[in-house]
Amino acid sequence: MSHSNQAAVHANPRLSYFEAAWVVARRDFIAVLFSRAFLFFLIGPLFPVLVGGLAGSIGNQVSREAVSVELGLAMSAADNAAMMDARDTLRPQLGGAMPVLREIPEAQVETNFDARAFLEQKRGNYAAIVTGTLSSPEVVGTEGQINRWSGPIGVIAATAGGAVPTSFPEVSKQTVASSASADRSNRIKTAQAAQMLLFLLTMLLAGMVLSNLVEEKANKIIEILAAAIPMDAVFLGKLFAMLGVSFVGIAVWGLLGWGAWSIASDAFIQVTGTDLGNLPAPAVGWPLFIALSIIYFSMAYLLLGALFLTIGAMASTVREVQTMSMPVTMMQLMVFFLAAYTITQPGSALETFSIVFPLSSPFAMLARAAMQETLWVHAAALLWQALAVMLLVKGGSTLFRKRVMKSGGAGAEKKPRFWSRKTSATEPAE
Amino acid sequence: MAVSDQTFLGNDAASDIRPLAIEARGLVKSFDNTLAVSGVDLAVPEGAIYGVLGPNGAGKTTTLRMLLGIIDPDEGVRRVFGYDQPHEIGRLIGYLPEERGLYPAMKSIEAIAFMGALRGLPLDEGRKRGKELLERHDLGHAAERQIRQLSKGMAQTVQLLGTLVHEPRLVVLDEPFSGLDAINQGKLERMIRALADDGVTVIFSTHVIHHAERLCEGVAIIAGGKVPYAGSVETARDRIPAQVRLETRAREGGWTAALPDDARREGDFFYFSLPDTGVEPLLRTLIEGEAGILSLSIERAGLHDAFVHIAGEAAARQLEADNAGDGQ
Repeated sequence: MSHSNQAAVHANPRLSYFEAAWVVARRDFIAVLFSRAFLFFLIGPLFPVLVGGLAGSIGNQVSREAVSVELGLAMSAADNAAMMDARDTLRPQLGGAMPVLREIPEAQVETNFDARAFLEQKRGNYAAIVTGTLSSPEVVGTEGQINRWSGPIGVIAATAGGAVPTSFPEVSKQTVASSASADRSNRIKTAQAAQMLLFLLTMLLAGMVLSNLVEEKANKIIEILAAAIPMDAVFLGKLFAMLGVSFVGIAVWGLLGWGAWSIASDAFIQVTGTDLGNLPAPAVGWPLFIALSIIYFSMAYLLLGALFLTIGAMASTVREVQTMSMPVTMMQLMVFFLAAYTITQPGSALETFSIVFPLSSPFAMLARAAMQETLWVHAAALLWQALAVMLLVKGGSTLFRKRVMKSGGAGAEKKPRFWSRKTSATEPAE
Repeated sequence: MAVSDQTFLGNDAASDIRPLAIEARGLVKSFDNTLAVSGVDLAVPEGAIYGVLGPNGAGKTTTLRMLLGIIDPDEGVRRVFGYDQPHEIGRLIGYLPEERGLYPAMKSIEAIAFMGALRGLPLDEGRKRGKELLERHDLGHAAERQIRQLSKGMAQTVQLLGTLVHEPRLVVLDEPFSGLDAINQGKLERMIRALADDGVTVIFSTHVIHHAERLCEGVAIIAGGKVPYAGSVETARDRIPAQVRLETRAREGGWTAALPDDARREGDFFYFSLPDTGVEPLLRTLIEGEAGILSLSIERAGLHDAFVHIAGEAAARQLEADNAGDGQ
């Protein structure tokens, strides 16, 4: 090394904290981006969507086939016909509230048709059976079915008997853009959708951080990193590398989604009944809401990632890492439920708690951005979340140095403190 | 503290005016209920080759990790080039851990550059130097190959080059000879000597005495987490008096009374410790008593004898078992 270089090294004998984190972040970012794991990460969200779609479709099919909403008609032939005519008359006005009516063939041929016995013998596939006359109809069925269909059957029978008008005046329509009730309802939908998206993304990504740390333990490279730079810089570098990877992933998903929407928006609207172009606007407006979504996503990810890194720090083996991450995943799920539950309870103690508790804070605050216009609270929450990230990183790296870099088992056993259990050293010596 | 020779060169310390690269006093570290290291004292001058010698599990790695700041001691102080926190001078240090680790998917040249970058070397410069180093060590052809495609020996060399690429002033090697064949061990010894010739301080841990004996100016003997000796190799050897081997024509005579008390006869030879007064007075008595001296040789104790003497037979047996386990 030349004298000038030597002088430079002595003048600046170490990397700064952020330079050190940058070296780790750059390596991890490139390594993950060009790995097969990233490909799986990209296609990862397709699986829940696919499985969800299939499950929904199958569920609907099963439900359609298994759950009968047909009511059997066991009145006189004339009454049956009148009932079905009345049902058809009312259907445009009452739609889904009207049952499907079917004449029971057996009732016409059996002279002493007993509706109760018919159902108890489990004949046919009727939810309930309507007997009696138009002036005195009777619904035979289970209590639930009777409660459900008594009203509509009464209306149909009355219509069939001419007790109500057979024609209805045309109702003219005047549409307003929104109302207080509609706004609140729409914003709740936006908040729920944003929270769900945030939750899925953070879980997916934080798991990647954990895998990355486990990989480094397996590769035994972690000691080289720990010897060269402060451990918290290693943690920070890893977290931000994965955050960068996640932004690339989100950008790819976003572009693909936008492309798919451009090509097949009509089909999407037809299938899902949702027009993404007309999603209900959040309270803070779309531009700020999107910006806050990105920031809260980053915070949620950094918090969970730091927690997972801490778990990695506490564990000595890959198996321990996997075991210990399970309760945290469950806790994160509960935190998500908490934040989701408080959407409809603004100003409650529970909402305040979910805002203050670092792990639920990003979720609760994102929901708040959808529901309320106040901005200063976001600045305060972000500062608090950033502080929590720093504390978690610091705590995790300290634990890592204390627990993982153990060595030397041949020394004398210390006298255990009176309150501590006697345990033997489990780490291999050197 | 059982150390009588606390400074690096022991009795020669007064004449050694080199500044200290490493200084440690009373380092203590425990994990859970196990005391891994208890009261380690070291002083390594700049430019020295220093060995930390002891059996597996003695606390060598823990000591090195404390010196490097990977873990902090529970008690005691450590200073590297005068800094309490070694991370403050990360660019001056190179470290090869015992558990070798590299990213399997990384190319050799990138692995070296990355390790340099961790120590503050720009990536481009790291690649340039890495290429030169690989070529100098006959691994130029492996520069663009992934680590997973290299043999174990080649991967170890790549990691060692990564340890040196930023031209550190202090190189810390944890069991560097472990897993190397005889040829590569020889290469590594030459590399360590070359580093010291360039003024680099090298400290390495080992459980193989002959590496320490051949390379080191100073050693710390560590056993059971304690350091019963830290000082120059010469002073350690001097802990045991030199042995004299005497062959005489006459088997009996009055001159035998002049032999030291510990003298014993084995075949044609007498063996005894070198007297404090030297051999000259004894020689005069043997000549006057017409013993007929056929040969006389003085053999200094080796580091192995010194280790047995200082650390005890149990530690020595463990050391030999470790060596047998390694095939060394």
